[in-house]
Amino acid sequence: MSTGEIAAPPQAPRRDRAPLAHRAPAIAGVARAAIRTEGLTKRFGSQLAVNDVSLEVPDGSVFGFLGPNGSGKTTTVRLLLGLLTPDAGHAELLGRRMPEASDEVLPSVGALIDGPACYPWLTGRQNLERFDAFGPDPQRKDRARRIDEALARVGLGNAADKRFKAYSLGMRQRLGLANALLRPRRLLILDEPTNGMDPQGTREIRHLVRELAADGATVFVSSHLLAEIEQLCTHVAVMSRGSLLAQGSIAELQVGTEAVVRVETTDVALACAVLSEAGLHPTVTGSAVTAASGPAEAPSLPPAEELVRRLVHAGVGVRRFVIERPSLEETFVAMTGEGFDVAQ
Amino acid sequence: MLRNELSTLFRRRRTQAMLAALAVVPVLISVVVRLSGGPSGGEGPRFLSQVTHNGVFAVLAGLTVMLPIFLPMAVTVVAGDAIAGEAGLGTLRYLLVRPAGRARLLACKTVAVMAFCLAATATVAVAGLLSGVALFPLERVTTLSGDTLPLSVGMVRIAIAAVLVAVSLLGVAAIGLFVSTMTDVPVGAMAATLALFIGVGVLNALPQVDVIHPFLLTNYWTSYADLLRTEVRWGGIVRNVGLQGLYLAVFGSAAWARLTTKDVLC
Repeated sequence: MSTGEIAAPPQAPRRDRAPLAHRAPAIAGVARAAIRTEGLTKRFGSQLAVNDVSLEVPDGSVFGFLGPNGSGKTTTVRLLLGLLTPDAGHAELLGRRMPEASDEVLPSVGALIDGPACYPWLTGRQNLERFDAFGPDPQRKDRARRIDEALARVGLGNAADKRFKAYSLGMRQRLGLANALLRPRRLLILDEPTNGMDPQGTREIRHLVRELAADGATVFVSSHLLAEIEQLCTHVAVMSRGSLLAQGSIAELQVGTEAVVRVETTDVALACAVLSEAGLHPTVTGSAVTAASGPAEAPSLPPAEELVRRLVHAGVGVRRFVIERPSLEETFVAMTGEGFDVAQ
Repeated sequence: MLRNELSTLFRRRRTQAMLAALAVVPVLISVVVRLSGGPSGGEGPRFLSQVTHNGVFAVLAGLTVMLPIFLPMAVTVVAGDAIAGEAGLGTLRYLLVRPAGRARLLACKTVAVMAFCLAATATVAVAGLLSGVALFPLERVTTLSGDTLPLSVGMVRIAIAAVLVAVSLLGVAAIGLFVSTMTDVPVGAMAATLALFIGVGVLNALPQVDVIHPFLLTNYWTSYADLLRTEVRWGGIVRNVGLQGLYLAVFGSAAWARLTTKDVLC
């Protein structure tokens, strides 16, 4: 989310910074939720895998479900899809209780859960035929066409008749995605979709997610790699140690984060004066002035164009002007107080 | 769903290899009997001595040799793999979110395993018939009672005997399906089912526990031979079919109870 080239944090992350938009109620103006959970809890023995998670995924959003390895993302996904029975709380998909409404809801939900899984002795096409045949709505007539389209969409058209066991990791992941795309879906739940993908594959996944969202589907993407999906998401939730730390739109999550103004200029002193006047706290390093907005609400930072106008008006020779906000990753490191990729 | 399950099962190399192996034994019996000029009367497995006189008895000799161990073993592999195999591959989760429906999936798997019981038995029977007919003459069928029946009647009775052998395997199949819902490791399910089956065989051989013999799934397994009496004795046959049905109901329900409440983590 940096607007400048330099992604350095404005300040060392602080543990005591309040979680932002915590438990934000439904995003204003959106009536229906594609996914809603209330107090979802799952225990494995003495380990609390998912602890009182209340998610609200707005219809039509691209929802990033983030958290380090082992933070309960996949368990949550399994609870959503009715593979696990919650110990407390409940989940709704497309407005219907799960797992009771599985037969009505799941045909409109495409899912990739914890990596692909297929029959090694069947070809890619035969694998898809099998999965497609096992639903309450076989739709045998156009199956061949749907399979061809899904395979083409994930770039597996040429490998369709190879046995699954001959597939590379990336090809397997693609086949798993093709399975999620076999029918028109209103909701896609993609758990770590870029696992095992090369950079080109990762780009293709991003493109695919954008396409799906443009078609009106809600896309719920879980990942431990923030950088891979942060450009995609309209909304984000963060998990840590089984609990939901925060959720909301990207804008909501950035409210309250510190913004930093960097100005490169020949008139250091004058620039400092202007920035101070604007309520900022400038410091000087060489020919650069860095001014933090302070840990206040966003409105305290005047709009960029206003700041530039004031600087130029005061006669400051501006060589470079950047407003930086912490990236999502930095925001979440601040929230979780730990490195994002650190497994527990 | 069922169609795909059957084609996936029978298209699998492992299934084909097992059926091929099952077909070898009856052929081997016919060839050995032919080359050795036949056992002297009464020696060896039941029906074996009649094979030289009448090729159709190769079917019965084959079934008699295969029923105690080889057929149940093959059924154990397929039944033990039914759910545990899907869980082991991870495909169970994708079938369930399709959604296959847990009860529907179990029903589908049960029918597929039953179809395999029939296919395995039919393989043995057909292999026996073909090799018997190729190597030996065809005559009127001599019954256990000493009379003879027209070949056509004998053939029909032998066909029914083969079906009864297939039915005899249903109890093992049901146990295998149940065990299969308990684990994510198909080999474990197969081994456990086979161990249970062998345990039952041991108990059935102990006269000290003969009170429970009528409830052991192998107790009436040889009843199909009663079809080869001039006057068919139905008592054992009916009890066998009833007992297999009982096992199917009990272990099928247990499998249902387990699968429909199971946390699918793989």
